[in-house]
Amino acid sequence: MLLHNKASRKPGRGGAGVIELENVAYSYGGGELLTDISLKLAPGSFHFLTGPSGAGKTTFLKLCYGALRPTGGHLRLFDRDVTQMDRDAIALARRRIGVVHQDCQFLDHLPVDENVALPLIVSGQASPDEQENLAELMTWVGLTNRAHALPPELSGGERQRAALARALILSPEVILADEPTGNVDWEMSQRLLRLLVELNRMGKTIMIATHDLSLIRAAKAQVQARVLRISQRRLQLAGADL
Amino acid sequence: MKPDLATLKRLLKTDAGADRVVPPAGFTVRLTLFTAAAMAFLAVFALALSLAAGRLADSWGEALARSSTVRISAPAEQMAAQTAAALRVLQTTPGIADARALSDDEQQALLAPWFGPDLPVADLPVPQLIDVIETDAGYDAAGLRLRLSAEVPGAVLDDHTRWRRPLIAAADRLRFLGWVSITLIALATGAMVTLAANAALAANAQVIAVLRLVGATDAYIAGAFVRRFTLRAFGGAATGAALGLVAILLMPSGAETGGFLTGLRFEGWHWIIPLLVPPMAAGVAFLSTQMAARRVLEELA
Repeated sequence: MLLHNKASRKPGRGGAGVIELENVAYSYGGGELLTDISLKLAPGSFHFLTGPSGAGKTTFLKLCYGALRPTGGHLRLFDRDVTQMDRDAIALARRRIGVVHQDCQFLDHLPVDENVALPLIVSGQASPDEQENLAELMTWVGLTNRAHALPPELSGGERQRAALARALILSPEVILADEPTGNVDWEMSQRLLRLLVELNRMGKTIMIATHDLSLIRAAKAQVQARVLRISQRRLQLAGADL
Repeated sequence: MKPDLATLKRLLKTDAGADRVVPPAGFTVRLTLFTAAAMAFLAVFALALSLAAGRLADSWGEALARSSTVRISAPAEQMAAQTAAALRVLQTTPGIADARALSDDEQQALLAPWFGPDLPVADLPVPQLIDVIETDAGYDAAGLRLRLSAEVPGAVLDDHTRWRRPLIAAADRLRFLGWVSITLIALATGAMVTLAANAALAANAQVIAVLRLVGATDAYIAGAFVRRFTLRAFGGAATGAALGLVAILLMPSGAETGGFLTGLRFEGWHWIIPLLVPPMAAGVAFLSTQMAARRVLEELA
């Protein structure tokens, strides 16, 4: 199956993280939101990111996929410093990072399957061969019978799964998910979690921002996950109290 | 992102995917079509005007510059003698290639438009006209006037410069204004496409954000918009230019009226020029959408 085949691609060089932050700081016009953050996301690791609303979880994720540039420190994506990367290089890096937002946005005029295939289209990799992989992926996220629906017709859970499928179509090395279970019920959130855990077992690096502690507890039963907490502008490794 | 050859080539390649990522045409696109058509229509007329003015200036300059007229007003019984004397003077003047007295029939033809064909020229005291053709070197008009006044008292030399110069200047000015109009039309088309492209880019902010998120490069995103606007401008301009050409075809041809007023229609190979209007409009749309897209995209994350 597609996911297994591509997952066997060996991630990165030994020792180097896929995403590395070194004393990274980020400030908006007003003041510093994040400061002195150092973290190395090792290939195949599973992280949760928690913290109160407005603590900067989304900002942190945006730094990780190059939507924001740090105002201090060094940030490396796949061994390249983002300050050395132009807009095209960021675009290319994003093909190796799958992003799932809480309020996932789609091209509302295209059916779900084309939205899921969008990363293939924009990277010029669309081909009849991929059609099979697309169908497989749609089955995996359970959206086969919704393939021709338009995104506005989807339920919250279907949108999240479509966004996940879109994030996975290029078989990225990293998956960043921002509150992926924010808009769905408990059963659906368990289902999404199982999909993410399965991906991690295939070797993908996973980072999930959430304030849903029960989700983290449920995940810890299935996978070795580290929990990071953003508190007072800093990133800390949360204790075992969860 | 530079509007180079590679971008153009990619633009011309069929990429159904890139076309589909931008939502189907909205109102602005139809406005683009209409404006491009209207501008092309106007451009065809401005072209016709410029080219006709150019022909006018050239033909007046050419045909009239080398001819002059000697007019002899004399009593009927002296007319023949004075005409012969004037011709003698003219034939011995350096710089004159040919001098020929007009026949009664020719004079009548000249007067016919004003007095009708039945005018009995022979019975009227109409001055005798002598058509003078210069050599390339030309002659000394002042010297010729002196000699004529000494030998042929009834002769007046008219070398046409008096009324030719302002006419040629007017035609030249008309041609210049025509080209100014074409330039303005091109700039206005560019401004219009820029506005429409800006509106489309703003209206599709979500599309751009999604494309950016899934790893589309700026060139890809811009290309989707540039392609759409370039094709619309081309289609609109082609329609407008075609209508303009039909309108010009329906105008009376200048040659039939035979006057020195040239027709507004294109002549000879000039018919090719209006065919360049649609590609030019497409080029203007290409450049202006490209610049608008680059400006908008560079402000995004």
